[in-house]
Amino acid sequence: MTDTSIQTEIDEIVEEFDFLGDWEERYKYLIDMGKALPGLPDTDKTDLNKVKGCVSQVWLVTGHEGDRLTFQADSDAHIVRGLAALLLRIYSGRTPDEILSVDAREVLKQIGLSEHLSPQRSNGLASMIGRIRGAAGA
Amino acid sequence: MTAQSSISPALNVEAIRAEFPILQREINGNPLVYLDNAASAQKPEFVIESVAGVYRASYANVHRGLHTLANETTEEFEKSREDVRRFLNAGSTEEIVFTRGSTEAINLVAHSFCQMCEPGDEIVLSQMEHHSNIVPWRLASEGRGLAIKWVRVTERGELDYEHLAELVNERTRLIAITHMSNVLGTVNNVTRIKQIADDRNIALLLDGSQSAVHLPVDVQALDCDFFVFTGHKLYGPSGIGALYAKRDWLERLPPYMGGGEMIADVYETHVTWADLPHKFEAGTPAIADAIGLGAAIRWMERHDRAAVMAHERALMDRAMAGLADIEGLRVIGTAQDKGAIISFTLDGAHPHDLAQLLDKYGVAVRAGHHCAQPLMRAMGVSATARASFAIYNTPEEADAFVDALKKAASFLI
Repeated sequence: MTDTSIQTEIDEIVEEFDFLGDWEERYKYLIDMGKALPGLPDTDKTDLNKVKGCVSQVWLVTGHEGDRLTFQADSDAHIVRGLAALLLRIYSGRTPDEILSVDAREVLKQIGLSEHLSPQRSNGLASMIGRIRGAAGA
Repeated sequence: MTAQSSISPALNVEAIRAEFPILQREINGNPLVYLDNAASAQKPEFVIESVAGVYRASYANVHRGLHTLANETTEEFEKSREDVRRFLNAGSTEEIVFTRGSTEAINLVAHSFCQMCEPGDEIVLSQMEHHSNIVPWRLASEGRGLAIKWVRVTERGELDYEHLAELVNERTRLIAITHMSNVLGTVNNVTRIKQIADDRNIALLLDGSQSAVHLPVDVQALDCDFFVFTGHKLYGPSGIGALYAKRDWLERLPPYMGGGEMIADVYETHVTWADLPHKFEAGTPAIADAIGLGAAIRWMERHDRAAVMAHERALMDRAMAGLADIEGLRVIGTAQDKGAIISFTLDGAHPHDLAQLLDKYGVAVRAGHHCAQPLMRAMGVSATARASFAIYNTPEEADAFVDALKKAASFLI
C-alpha cells in the first residue's frame, strides 16, 4: 500500500530521471529498477498471466487489497523488467479511479523513454498498460 | 564460377559502401553499423535505380503483350530469368521459376511434391531449418500419411551426418535442408548428403536463402533437385525470389497456384498447363522486383565471390576474437565450415536487451529465435542475438559491434 499520491509518485519519477544525464544513465537506472523488482514465483508465470505482444516474456499478476489494485510483474529481459517496475511504481496499490486518472505513456514521454511506446516496438509496454487499465475498468 | 561481367580481384569496400545510400544514415547519433544482413540486406543504387527505372521508363504487364512497352518489359523480365539461371549455373531458364521468395518456393515444392507421395513415404528435414523449411512440409504432408524425420544437429552446430544415414531408407522421398544456416552460419556438406542419399532416388531440396548470398552456387555441380533463394538478402528487392528445379521435376509436379499466365487452354471441363516455367507462375508477377533481382545479380557478379567470402569471414574472425574477451559469452554455432553469421548468448543478459542497447549505439543486430525454434531447443537456448556480415561491412564496424556489446554487457550484468 502506498501513502504518496499517484501524482506525487510520478513527480518523483520525473525528478529522478531529470537528475540523470544521457540515455546511458537513464537506461542503467531503468535496468537497475528492474533488477530490484521482486519478480514472480514460477507458479505465477502462467499463460494466463503472460502479456501478449511482447517478444520477450512478461507476466503480470493482478490482485486486490481493499479497494485498491495491486500488480506484480516479471520478465526475462532487463529493459522490459525495468519498464514493468516503472509501471508498478505508478499503478500498484492505487484505486481504479487513480489508475484511470493517469496515462503512464505521458510519464514515459517526460522521462525520455518514449521510444518504447509505439505498439510496433513489440516490447509489450502498450499491452502491459492496457492490462493494468483494463483491470481498473477502462 | 560462371560467366561474369567484370571481375575485380580485390574488394574496394569503401567504394562499395558508397553505392549504398542507406549506409550514410545515423542511428541515435551514431553511424549505422548494419549487422542484420542475414535477415535482409541493404540495396545498392544500381538495384534501386533498376526498379525505379522500370516504373519510370518501361512498364507494362509481361507476356502476350502486343505493344512496345509490354514487349520491352517482357524482354527485361525474361533477361532477369537468364541472370538467375547464370547465377545458379542452371541448364536452362525453363528450370527457373520466379516466386515471392524462398518461403513461397518451398511452399510450392512441398505442396506439389507431397501430392505425388504415397502414404508411408518420408520427408527428411534437419533441426537447423528455418520455419519456412518446416511449416510448408507440415502443411503439405498433413492428411497424406507422410512422416517427417528430423536430422539432429551436433553441439558445434553441424549436421549429424551419421544420423542422416540412419534416417534415410527406401521410404525416404525427399531431403530438405538448408545450404547455410541462418542462425549458426554452418555450411552443410552437400556432397556428403548426396553420398548418403545416393542410389535411393531421394530428391534433395536446398534452402539457399543464405548460401546464394555468401557462397558461389552451381546447382549442376551440387546436383540438387531443388534450390530456392530470395532476392532481399541478395541486395535485391523484397518480394521476389526464385526456385530452381530440375526440368524433369517441373514437368512431373502438378501446379501450385492457379490463375492467369500458367495455363495453355482453359475449358469448362479441363485445363492444360503453360510451358515451363510459366506453369508455376500464376498471375501477374512482381515485374519490377524481378527485374531488380536481375540487377542485384549483375551487381553481385561485379565482385569476385572468393574475395567477398574472404572479406566476410575476416570480419567474422575479427569480431569472434573480440567476443572471446567477454565473460559469459557463448557463441552458438562453431562449425568448421561457417559463413559470416555469429549467434550468441550472454549469461545474465537477454538477447532482446542486447539488441535494444546495441541499437542505441547504432549497431543493428537481430535477437530472438530467428524463425528456428527446433534449433533453439536443440542448442539449449530460447533465443540468441545474431550479428551477420555482408559485403559492405568493415573491420571498424566489427570493432564497433564488439565495443558496443561490451558497454551493453556492463549495463546488464
